[in-house]
This record gives sequence, C-alpha cells and structure tokens, in this order.
Amino acid sequence: MNSLFYVSALIAVISTIMVVTRVNPVHALLYLILSLFSVALVFFALGAPFVAALEVIVYAGAIMVLFVFVIMMINPGRRAINQEKQWLNPKTWVGPSVLAAILLAELIYVMVRGGGQLASTAEVTPKEVAIVLFGPYILGVELASMLLLAGLIGAYHLGRRSQVTTPQEGEHL
Amino acid sequence: MFDLLWLIPALPLAGFVILVFIGPRLSNLGVAIVGVGSIGLSAVAAILTGIEFVISPPPAHAYTLIVRPWMQVGSFAPEIALYLDALSVVMILIVTFVGFLIHLYSAENMIEEEGYSRFFAYMNLFVASMLVLVLADNLVFLYLGWEGVGLCSYLLIGFWYKEAANGQAAIKAFIVTRIGDTAMAIGLFFLFNSLGTLQIQEIMHRAVEQWPVGSGAAILAAALLLGGALGKSAQVPLQTWLPDAMAGPTPVSALIHAATMVTAGVYLIARTNILFTLAPPVQFAVGIIGCATLLIAGFSAMVQADIKRVLAYSTISQIGYMFLALGVGAWSSAIFHFVTHAFFKALLFLGAGVVITGLHHERDMFKMGGLRKQLPLTFWTFLVGAASLAALPLVTGGFYSKDPIVWHAWMAPRGGLWLGMGGLIGVLVTSIYSFRMVFLTFFGEPKAYISKRPTVLIHLPLVVLAILSVIIGFIELPHTLGNVRIFSNFLSTALPAAAAADAAAQGETIFEILCAVITLVGIYVAYILFLQRPKYADDLVAHATAATAHRLWFSGWGFDRLYDKLFVGPFVWVARINSSDVVDLIYSGLAGLAQAFHRMLSSTQSGIIRHYAMGIAIGAVLAIAIMVFT
Amino acid sequence: MPAVPLEHGLILAGILFAIGTAGVLVRRNIIFMLMSVEIMLNAAGLAFVVAGSARQQADGQVMFIFILAMAAAEVAVGLALVLQLYHRFATLDADAARTMRG
Repeated sequence: MNSLFYVSALIAVISTIMVVTRVNPVHALLYLILSLFSVALVFFALGAPFVAALEVIVYAGAIMVLFVFVIMMINPGRRAINQEKQWLNPKTWVGPSVLAAILLAELIYVMVRGGGQLASTAEVTPKEVAIVLFGPYILGVELASMLLLAGLIGAYHLGRRSQVTTPQEGEHL
Repeated sequence: MFDLLWLIPALPLAGFVILVFIGPRLSNLGVAIVGVGSIGLSAVAAILTGIEFVISPPPAHAYTLIVRPWMQVGSFAPEIALYLDALSVVMILIVTFVGFLIHLYSAENMIEEEGYSRFFAYMNLFVASMLVLVLADNLVFLYLGWEGVGLCSYLLIGFWYKEAANGQAAIKAFIVTRIGDTAMAIGLFFLFNSLGTLQIQEIMHRAVEQWPVGSGAAILAAALLLGGALGKSAQVPLQTWLPDAMAGPTPVSALIHAATMVTAGVYLIARTNILFTLAPPVQFAVGIIGCATLLIAGFSAMVQADIKRVLAYSTISQIGYMFLALGVGAWSSAIFHFVTHAFFKALLFLGAGVVITGLHHERDMFKMGGLRKQLPLTFWTFLVGAASLAALPLVTGGFYSKDPIVWHAWMAPRGGLWLGMGGLIGVLVTSIYSFRMVFLTFFGEPKAYISKRPTVLIHLPLVVLAILSVIIGFIELPHTLGNVRIFSNFLSTALPAAAAADAAAQGETIFEILCAVITLVGIYVAYILFLQRPKYADDLVAHATAATAHRLWFSGWGFDRLYDKLFVGPFVWVARINSSDVVDLIYSGLAGLAQAFHRMLSSTQSGIIRHYAMGIAIGAVLAIAIMVFT
Repeated sequence: MPAVPLEHGLILAGILFAIGTAGVLVRRNIIFMLMSVEIMLNAAGLAFVVAGSARQQADGQVMFIFILAMAAAEVAVGLALVLQLYHRFATLDADAARTMRG
C-alpha cells in the first residue's frame, strides 16, 4: 500500500505540472483527469474507498466532462493555441513560481513541525461515513443541497443568451 | 465755558453722523445747513472759548478737560481728554473759522456734484478729527485724530472715485503718509516704554528729568516723531503724495492740503518742542529738511502748468518755511506763519476753484488768460492772496510772518549762513511763481470764457480771507516797525521764546529791506517773463541745460521715479514671484500629496483579474509567514 | 500494515496546492485559470482526507464530500460566466474584462 501511495503521488504531481504548462486546453484537461485519477488512487491507499469512488465519479466524471463540453462549445481552435504560446514565455513564469515556492516552503514548514503521526491504511468504510454524514453533519448536507440548487439556477440563468421578450396581446408580465 | 470744550470737536462729529444716516434723504439745502452749520456752531464755540481764554485765562494758562477714561491695560491708561492752552486756542480758531469759510464756499461750488451729502459728511468728519488732533491731551488720542485726518484725506482725494486715477492718487497719499505714521507709532511705543506715560505735558516733564540733552533716547524719540510729521506735512523725503492729491475737489485741497492737515506735523513738533530741544541733532535736521524742501518745492512750482499743482508745491514750500523756523527754535514764528499761510493759501485755492469750475474743470494755466475782466472780485482777492504768499512788503500778512523766519534762520548758531541763504532764495522763487500764476491766469489774451458767475456764497469767503490775509500781519510787527508782539506774547505761555531774537536790531532792518527788495525783483521778473515778453521764457527753455532743468523741476526733482525704482519695482518683483503664495504651498502641498497617494493606489485597481489574484497570493504568503514566524 | 507518515500526505497536498496557485497566477486563459482553481480545491480536499485517515475518523471524508459539492456548484456557475464572457468579448482572455478599474 505504501508503494501505491508514493507511485500515485508521483504521477499526480507530474500530471498536475503538465496541466498547468500545456498550450492546448484539451490536452490540459486530459492531464487533469489523469491527475484526478491518481489522487483517487491515493485516497484508496489511505483507506478511504468511498471518497476515491466519489472523486472518480463526480470530479473526474462530471466536472471535467462539463469542462470538456464547454471547450467543445467554444471551439477555440488554432488561434487560441497560438495565443497561448505567445502568453506562456519563461519570463511570466518567474514571479508566480517564486511565490508558489515560498508558499510551499511555508506550508511544509508548518506541517513538518507537528508530531510524527501516521496516516494508516486501515479502511474507513462507507457505512461509517454515512452514519457521520446523516448524524452530526446533517445540517451541512442540507446546506450543500441548497448550494447545488443555487448553482443550478445560477448556471441556468447565466447560461442563457440575452433575448428580448415582447408581451403578447392581453398577456400580463 | 471751558468745560464745554468738548463741544468743539463734538459738533462736527454730530454733523458727520447725521449726514451719514439721513444725508441721502435730505435736500441739498438740508445737507448744506447740517454740513456748514455744524462747523459754524463749532467756530462760534471756538471763538467764545478764545475770548474767555484771553479775558480770564485758566491757572497756568492751561486747562485740561477729562471727558472719560478710554482703556486700561496694566499701567497703560489713556483717557479721552482735551487740553487747552494758547497754542490750542490758535489752532482751533484757525481750523474752525477757515473750515467754516471753506464749507460755505463748497456749499455752492459742489452743488452740481452727485454725492453732495457724502462730501459734507467726509468734510465734517475731517474737521472733527483735526480738532481732536489739536485738542488732544495725550499722544494716543492725538494719534486717533491723526489717523482720522489721514482717512478723510484718502476719502476726499478719491471723492470722484469713478476715475481710476483719483483712487490711485488717494492710495498714494495714504501709503506715503502711512510710512510716517508707522514711525510715529514706534515713537509712541518707545516713549511709553521709557517714560511710562503718553500724556503730553507729563512726557515733557519726565523727559527733562530723565534724559540729558543730546542723549540717545531723546534723539530716537524726537526722530521718530519727526518721521510722522514729515509724512503728514509732505516734507522731503515723503512729499511725493501732495501734488497728486490735487485730484480731489478744490475745497478739499483748500481745507486739507493747504490750511489744516498738512500743518499737523508742524503742530506736533511745536507741541512736543521740549523733546526736540533735548535732541539738538534732530532739531537741526528739522531745519535742514525745511530749507531743502522749500527750495525743491519752490523750483518745481515755477514750471508747473496745472494751477493746482503750483499751489500744491507752494504749500510744500511754505511748510518748509515753518519747519525751518521750528528747526532754528523760532517756535511762535512758525505758528504765525501757519496762521497767515492758512488764510492766503485757502484763499488762493478757493480762487483757483472758481476759475476751474467756471472753465468746466480746465486746470492748465496756459489755456487760461485775461480772466480779470470776467471774474473781477475773484481777481482782486486772488491778487491779495498771491501778494501775501510772495510777502509783498508792508501791506501783507505774509511779509510779517515770512521775513522773521528768514531772519531767525540767518541768525541761527549753526549753519545760519546756509539756512538764511536758502530762505532768501526761497523768497525770490516764491514771488516769481506766485505772480507767474496771477499773470498767466488773469492777464493776457482770453483763451476761454467763464460760463457761470459765482454768487455771494463764494464771494463772501474770498473777501473775508482776503481781508484777514492783510490785517493779520499787523498783530506781529518787528522791532523797527512798531514792535507789536501781540501774537508772540500770547503764545509765550505755551511755547518757549525764540533764541537770539532781540539782539542786533539794526541787522534786522537791513535784512527786512533786503527781503522786500528780493520780493519786488521776483515780481518784476515774473512780469517780464510771463506778461510782457513771453518769448524770453520760451527762448530760455529752448537751451539744453535750461530744458533739462525745466524737466527736472517739472517732475518734482524726479522723486517719483526714484521711489519707483527703489521701492515699488522690487516690491512688485517679489510679489510677482510669490504670486502663487509660498505659504500656501503647505496646504496645497498636503492636497497634492493626497492626490499623489490617490493616483498610486488607484493604479493598483487595474481591472485585470490576474493582478488581483497575485495580490491575494502575496497576502496569503505574508499572512502565513507572520502567523508562523511570530 | 506499514503506514504512510501524515507529513508525507500533507506535503503532497501542499505541492499540488502550490502548483495550482502557480497556474492561477500564470495563465491568462480563463478555462486554464478555472482548471487551476480545481486543482487547488482538490489538493485541499486531499489534505482533509489524509488528516481524517490519520485519526481513523470519517470526518475527513465528510469534509471532502462538502468540498466536492461546492466545487461542482462553482464550476457550473463559473463555466456559465465563461460562456457569457465569450459571447460578449469573443475571446477567452481574462484581461479583456477590465472595465471596472481605476
């Protein structure tokens, strides 16, 4: 299990770096899906099969598919790729890389300071998750559902083309 | 009678107040009655006071009336108090009586002007301030009157305010006299600081006790007071304002700039004479300034074309004679010359005013001529005035007042020769320019015609002043002609006697004959140059040196240009540099700083999302760093 | 079974988070920026799961579920906005929408 963890961690890191550095959006999306799969494997190695499945189904399966649909609809084409090549020169990488490196250093410093605990590979079953989810966290579940409703209505409204509605004879607005 | 002394300045002040509030609603007759009547009543009060002073004088020939306390700051407690002695009596009689005659004259002369009630309001305020000045018991109250007359001079010079040049002449007068007033104020501060009081008689006592003759304190105090006197009396170097002040109406020039205000300096020096005797260098300076001024102004008067400017320079010159007398210690002679000068100079101005109004405000003498047929009474009175100014021997008051001054100057222990010579040259110059005026205006071919004949309101003052100019001389006759000493005896209770007065009596006779001859020579020269053969005058001016001299004298010896280069130019230059006001930089700097910060901060709001994201990332890194490492 | 140290899991989450941050700051295309944000969210969830696994509790996974729900809603609305942006400006450049500045 340990080796599963380290291998899939390595793949996750590499593919995430590829996501960020590609010029073609579709390529980047595919690398992102790969990264998400690797993270799911990491979850599985840490004894969290439920969220591993959830990661694949919801994250990689729904959200990334949504990205793919939108890119297909927009259809950027050759022009966008050239533009991306223009925008991504090494000079623009310097500042953000430095900043990210500093951030990483600080995070590592914080994390390493704590006591040497171990993340076990013992499994936490879906049943336990469900008991906790519909027990103490029931309020959170309801709120999450309202959040999704809001997201649904918002996406529907924002996704509409702006049309001019003319009132019919005798129709009240 | 003496405790009604306060009425004398109060009546003109009441006239001023009435005219300010209801003047515009009164008819011309009403305004004239209030304006002239207040001065008339004050003159009556002055005459009654004078009579009582002569018949039953108060103890020590001095009377103090304390009206009320004024202010009290620590040990500084001046009062509103009036002081009456022989000198004050002379001054109030002249101011009210000549003032009354001039008000009567201007009731008719100014009748066609708009602002008739404004004119009389200002004139009444002026007479009230002048009376405060001459009756004041302490220097603070005197300074109040001093400033009051300065204010009224400004208001009246700029009476026709719609012409910008008149306003500028008024401002020039105010600023130049202000220089003198500041010196005087500093003198007041110094006197209070050293002697602890500003009451005039008290100052004189303490100064004699505490300051030895020729001490620095006395010299400083006297010099500062002299500065104030120079400004008000238009002596060198502060004389440039008086010729331009002729922009005002003629009655104003007659009252303020001939008879009364300009003699305030003479009065001040006479009043504080002890301070000047304690500071011989300053007194000598008074004499030198007087002599220099009378010559400078006299030469300038000879070449002027505007009749009022001739009279203005003549006034400066005659006051120079008064200063000369004060400088050599002939105190009562100076005051006597002031009295005669008040009469004949006011007379000359009023006569000139008749001519000017009659010719529709024409002032150039070379455009006048032959007016003696058209204005006979004006001509005769003007002739009497000019004769008195020129000191025509034996029959005019001017002769009996001017010649003793020149005699005392000649007999002065220091520099008597030069001062005397200056005085004699001045006599010659005076008679030349006086009769030049008469010949150019009233003789020769008529070039313009009078449209309006003056009435009794104008003729009466002219006649009265003419009579007074003649008979006033007879109250002070020199040794050789009767030795009448009414005037100087009267003033001896207030002013010290002149030094070296009675010695060398026969020298005095020769001197008088010399002065008389010089006067007659001057009249003859004027006759030749300006009446009989005017071509001689033109040929004279055609020569190069004579032409330069003519130009120099015409511009008043270039003082205006000198002051322009020395003072006005640099001041304007500095003002132009500072036109955006250096001190303002503090406040506008603050505003500019705030604006710079605003620009800096608003440039961070670029609207580009990546920049905002960068900001959030930097903030997060910093926050974690602070949390972790502290 | 030998277990993985907690720090290693958290360090993995940190690395992924840092890469996501760099991606948001560098890329100019909105789609890429959204993808980088997803990476960051994913990394945060990973951190929660690792922590929950170390304590043998289900709470970590519950947090991850909530994060997932939020990410889904956010992506939906975000992509709708991207479509609006594309319809208005005909480009996916994030710098195009900068009228609100000053």
